[in-house]
Amino acid sequence: MSEVLAPAPASVPHTTVPTARKVAKIALIGNPNSGKSSLFNHLTGLNQKVGNFPGVTVDKKTGISQLTPNLKAQVIDLPGTYSLYPKSLDEKVIIDLLHDKKAASYPDVLIITADASNLKRNLLLFTQLADLKIPAVLALNMMDVAEKHGVKIDVAELQAELGVPVIPVNARTGSGLAALKILLSQELEAPKTTFFPIPDDLLVMVRQIRYYFELSNDYLAWHYAHQYHKLSFLSDDDKEYIGELVKKYGFHSNALQASETVDRYTRINGLLLDAMRVTKAENNEQFSNKLDQVLTHKIFGYLIFFGVLFMIFQAIFAWAAYPMDLIDSGVATLNAWIHTQADGPLVDLLTDGILAGLGGVLIFIPQIALLFAFIAVLEETGYMARVTFLMDKIMRKFGLNGKSVVPLISGVACAVPAIMATRTIDNWKDRMITIFVTPLMSCSARLPIYTVMIALVVPEKYFLGFMSLQGLVLMGLYLIGFVAAILSAALLKWVLKTKERSYFIMEFPTYKMPRWKNVGLTIVEKVKAFVFQAGKVILAISVVLWVLSSYGPGNAIVQAEKQASTELTTMNLSEADAEAHIAGQKLEASYAGQFGKFIEPAIRPLGYDWKVGIALLTSFAAREVFVGTISTIYSVGDSENISTVKEKLMAEKDEFGQPFFTPARAFSLLIFYVFAMQCMSTIAVVYRETKGWKWPILQMLYMTGLAYASAFLVFRLFS
Amino acid sequence: MRLFITSLNKRSKVQREQKSVRDLKIGEKGVICCLTDPEMSLKLLEMGCIPGEEVKLNSRAPLGDPITIIVNDYTLSLRLDEAATIKLKA
Repeated sequence: MSEVLAPAPASVPHTTVPTARKVAKIALIGNPNSGKSSLFNHLTGLNQKVGNFPGVTVDKKTGISQLTPNLKAQVIDLPGTYSLYPKSLDEKVIIDLLHDKKAASYPDVLIITADASNLKRNLLLFTQLADLKIPAVLALNMMDVAEKHGVKIDVAELQAELGVPVIPVNARTGSGLAALKILLSQELEAPKTTFFPIPDDLLVMVRQIRYYFELSNDYLAWHYAHQYHKLSFLSDDDKEYIGELVKKYGFHSNALQASETVDRYTRINGLLLDAMRVTKAENNEQFSNKLDQVLTHKIFGYLIFFGVLFMIFQAIFAWAAYPMDLIDSGVATLNAWIHTQADGPLVDLLTDGILAGLGGVLIFIPQIALLFAFIAVLEETGYMARVTFLMDKIMRKFGLNGKSVVPLISGVACAVPAIMATRTIDNWKDRMITIFVTPLMSCSARLPIYTVMIALVVPEKYFLGFMSLQGLVLMGLYLIGFVAAILSAALLKWVLKTKERSYFIMEFPTYKMPRWKNVGLTIVEKVKAFVFQAGKVILAISVVLWVLSSYGPGNAIVQAEKQASTELTTMNLSEADAEAHIAGQKLEASYAGQFGKFIEPAIRPLGYDWKVGIALLTSFAAREVFVGTISTIYSVGDSENISTVKEKLMAEKDEFGQPFFTPARAFSLLIFYVFAMQCMSTIAVVYRETKGWKWPILQMLYMTGLAYASAFLVFRLFS
Repeated sequence: MRLFITSLNKRSKVQREQKSVRDLKIGEKGVICCLTDPEMSLKLLEMGCIPGEEVKLNSRAPLGDPITIIVNDYTLSLRLDEAATIKLKA
């Protein structure tokens, strides 16, 4: 570790030279679609870690890059942005990092990525960053695309004009990367060229801010004046100090920002006159345009999009089932094997508590991997922008985003990967609304409950010879969920207040071949994020649920088992039914059973008794557990067989000797499960995606409230 | 009767606001004159919609909104009400 990146002390007076042992910190920054993520992947490979930026829902991706055989550097990937003036909450993390020299990950060097085929717009951000005087390198990407468009860039000339090293790279193939790494391993100077001089009449104010906060240059102080209310590291006193100065000097942030941008573009146009030559003046995106005539066509556009959605749906609904079954039976086999080796309460905790919970986490991996394989390809190719383009007008009416369609449809298979997919929605409000309503879409875990309850009370009749009444009811339930999701979104659109305005103004990328390495890394990243962040919550809750259903107060469980065994001698049952009887009695005596009895008064208005109460609690692990618990509590030997379950449930009598599962009760339960947030995995993943407990708790209260009210109404209506 | 129609035309001409990107036909070009929404203009400026630049309406979504325009040699997509804030030179 002889060489370490350090800003030249002479040009940056207020930074100290990092000591030799400190690993240099490099920040990657650039426009969206400028190849930033590909470059990050090339620099760090699998050495990536996803963490949190404080207070926002943006992932903080960091990685270690081996610059030379004996020099490593930490690379941090910042969100893509068009300028240093943040327009979204996500972009705000950039100024929180770059404007605070004391920030833990304040970079020693910047790699600024720029799309050579779109250089003018990319240089706007570059000139802002250069004026901050942080040592920087410009990684000029997509030179090949630029050349195809007839744009020729004189790299030496550009470097002379910009005053920082310019390295042409190809983020697809990785060419130019070696040169970039060598350059980064050397000591880099802060950029010397200033692109935007602070207006003379405001220099006094800017200098005051600069000296008060001991800032290293005027432009940083200028940004403090513009954005002091957004900088989360400033204290209230600091903000007040700047606020007063700004008022005193009549500093009009909006107008000054606008004229700064215009000035910068003028400067960029001037310097590009020498450094860039355009031979074909006309915009040359013929291939993309031709493809768009089909893919955004009035009829074919939607047909193709629904085809794509159908494929995604098939993948996470049907294809994922094979690996999921494998995981399921794998965990079961492992548990059975452990039980043959040892026994006792600790072994039970390991198998039925921890391993079962772990299985409950792993089971989601196939769906997450498949969904993100599709999403990554849609994003990489540029098709996702077309999806937004096609759907924006419809979805906006409901407070949703064009991109909300993919999570909503995926939610019909499973809300967990679907909620993770909302990350593609840039606007904070649109994303929160989508996260909030996605679990209302009927997921595949509700299907077992739907099937059993419908089989119980809806007769097997056919309309017009082919429309099954049971099928119609099932479809109705899916429809209710969908309508509830859309209406809730419209409601939230009014309720949610945000200062952030929703813009659609964005680059419409040209079509590209997906980079498979990026697709692969996205899958790995999403699976890791789920397992390590949402997984621990799922594991914890499932262990708690297991304890509740296998232990009871005092020796209640042991007594229940004894009593059940004595009863059995007079009952003359088969071995399976006898076991089921004991299990049922034990569950009744457990804490879960106590809980069921405890909440009975609360759920009685919905038509449920304490037995259903137990199932409500245990099915919190996953909705389909409802069927298993109901089978246990009613001592059904073979819970896999729907007709057996159905027979048992039909035979169940209420206190007046009438059948317990009347249509009123069954429909009340159905509606309850359409709406209720009966899924700890969804809660865990909402916690992880919103980085806090506020949203999952609000969501659970809303959905449970909706479920309770509707179930109550349905029960009254039918009985 | 004739007079009435002309006066109506005249009035509507006066009433009609300055032409904006929203009013362009597909393939039609115009030159940006000014931006009317102060806050949104910051975003539009950053994206290269600078007064004096040429814009061309490239395509419309099947439902008429959003649209894509070509400005600064790249394709930008935006909603109609956003496009309406970009006024064009007469």
